[in-house]
Amino acid sequence: MSAATDKETETSAPGAPPPAVGVEDLECRYGETIVLSGVSFSVREGELFFVIGGSGCGKTTLLRHLIGLMKPAHGIVRYFGENFTNEDLETRRDLLKTFGVLYQNAALWSSMTLGENVALPLEQYTALNRREREEIVSLKLAQVGLAGYEDFFPSELSGGMRKRAGLARALALDPRIVFFDEPSAGLDPVTSRKLDELVLQIRETLGTTMIIVSHELASIFAIADRVIMLDHDARGIIAEGRPRDLAAASDDPRVREFLTRGEEKA
Amino acid sequence: MPAVPVKASAETVVEGDDLVVTLGGAWRITGPLPAWRQMLGERSPRAVRIRTAGLERWDSSLVRFVFEVQDWCRNAKAPCDATALPETVRHLVGQLEQAQDKRLSADHSRNFFAELGLAATDLVRQTRQFADFVGECTLSAIGLIRNPGRFRWRDCLSEMQQCGAMAVPIVSLSSFLVGLTLAYTGAIILRQFGGDIWVADIVGLSTLREMGAVMTGVVLAGRTGAAFAAQLGNMKAGEEIDALETLGIAPVDFLVLPRIVALTLMTPLLAMYANCLGIFGGMVVSASVLQIPPNAYWIETQANIGLSDVSVSLIKSLVFGMLIAVAGCLRGLQAERSAAGVGRAATSAVVTSILLLIVADAVFAVLFNVLGI
Ligand SMILES: Nc1ncnc2c1ncn2[C@@H]1O[C@H](COP(=O)(O)OP(=O)(O)OP(=O)(O)O)[C@@H](O)[C@H]1O
Ligand SMILES: [Mg+2]
Repeated sequence: MSAATDKETETSAPGAPPPAVGVEDLECRYGETIVLSGVSFSVREGELFFVIGGSGCGKTTLLRHLIGLMKPAHGIVRYFGENFTNEDLETRRDLLKTFGVLYQNAALWSSMTLGENVALPLEQYTALNRREREEIVSLKLAQVGLAGYEDFFPSELSGGMRKRAGLARALALDPRIVFFDEPSAGLDPVTSRKLDELVLQIRETLGTTMIIVSHELASIFAIADRVIMLDHDARGIIAEGRPRDLAAASDDPRVREFLTRGEEKA
Repeated sequence: MPAVPVKASAETVVEGDDLVVTLGGAWRITGPLPAWRQMLGERSPRAVRIRTAGLERWDSSLVRFVFEVQDWCRNAKAPCDATALPETVRHLVGQLEQAQDKRLSADHSRNFFAELGLAATDLVRQTRQFADFVGECTLSAIGLIRNPGRFRWRDCLSEMQQCGAMAVPIVSLSSFLVGLTLAYTGAIILRQFGGDIWVADIVGLSTLREMGAVMTGVVLAGRTGAAFAAQLGNMKAGEEIDALETLGIAPVDFLVLPRIVALTLMTPLLAMYANCLGIFGGMVVSASVLQIPPNAYWIETQANIGLSDVSVSLIKSLVFGMLIAVAGCLRGLQAERSAAGVGRAATSAVVTSILLLIVADAVFAVLFNVLGI
């Protein structure tokens, strides 16, 4: 303990635990079109970190770069201090195991039932036997309010139910970092609030770090520790901080407008 | 904290008649986990008490473990005291317990008789759907004749390119090889009678009256029929067809008719081309193996095939093209709204078109015989 405090007083950087996610000067592009550039931020372990911004500003794109589905044109992404961007495929795969991702369209595998969808990561990466897996699956589905839906195919569910099932799959391995692309889009207000509670509960019990793309102002104000706001024209971050502070006192009118739904002016 | 993983641990101590289970360490679902059955061994305690000591971090694996212990206790009628566990763990265990009894039945089970019955009613339904669809296409075609300006000519042209011009290489290869094979097979018998030259007649007649149109049909069924079904199926899965319908645009007018027209026009052209290459294939074999000079072969061919044979080929291929397009589009529109559904639609489009093709071919054989063509 004392050794750690000593180190911390020397210089803050080397002794402090590395941030769960560190992004340095990231540039994202599709071909020649630059969507984001000069993006830097870091996320502490256990933080609920929101990415907000208007439609088409590059939130999904940023997420795809963070989880390694796309290679950044420039810049580095680190997880727990380890360079993710320049690692070889093998190490990246090992790290990817510790992530959970909920895609914007849920991305459930359509040829498998919900139970099989959630069980696949468990089959791949745990030593659990079939019965134990089934128990975990039913717990995960119960957590997202889909208890009993094991034998249903994704095509037999509504859009919001699919989204929740996708969340159950993302949480199957109790990952250390979870990425959510618009988790509450397509959910009713009550379910959406329950989802927020679930997110808080998971963070509390497991200390999971969550990076959440969302437009849902209610949940941003309810649970976000910190947000960054991206902008299409600025091609990068235009604000960073706690949502309440930004809504009340951001210098940037775009940020205030977004966080108050443009009602401030009226 | 950077997790220095302390293994998940569960120790058992016997206290009187009770078993005390002490949980500790870091429980990670991906890591090694204690197994309750092994820990228990042959013992059967009267009661179980769960405690924690040095429990660092935990996840669903701990919840599941506690659930298993409690489940065992319920079956063994032994009281289980889990009050020492963190509140959240007990909450999650409760959730897991509730979920166990709640499994909803989604009946995907298969039973022979049920399947048989379903298949039978399905056959009736499918026949009716096919008839409906053909009717719809006919109405749409009549609409097209009345009002040609509204037809999607541009789509039709690009489909023509896709299913016509782009199919030339594969049609060339297959028809040339069929001509070649016919010549070889014919030669086996004709040689015995010294009638080598009649190879030209065999190749010419069978290519024009049968093989040219049928081979083209089979190739197009695999190539274009499947593509139609996959395209339309995908559009259906993506709710694109619904979007058309809510706009008041009939998918048949907008998507199906251009495809049917395109394939119906292109198949005869391709079949004519296939006929030429088939005859050419026979000529190559005759010249190289049977020592029949190409001009003799050509004269023999001309002498024995007439306009009626050419028109047989044209009529057949026209009908084949139409059947393939109809089957492909119908299967696409019937597809289930999922990736697997699109795959099945493509498969069944090929099966249906080839089946229809063979049936139609047989009907033609009888018809032409009666009419003496
Ligand atoms: N495959 C692609 N090729 C080229 N440009 C793309 C591609 N995907 C996205 N873009 C562009 O990148 C920008 C950001 O897209 P992105 O999907 O990241 O937006 P988003 O912030 O997630 O929006 P939304 O909130 O609507 O989901 C958009 O302007 C889009 O035009
Ligand atoms: Mg997006």
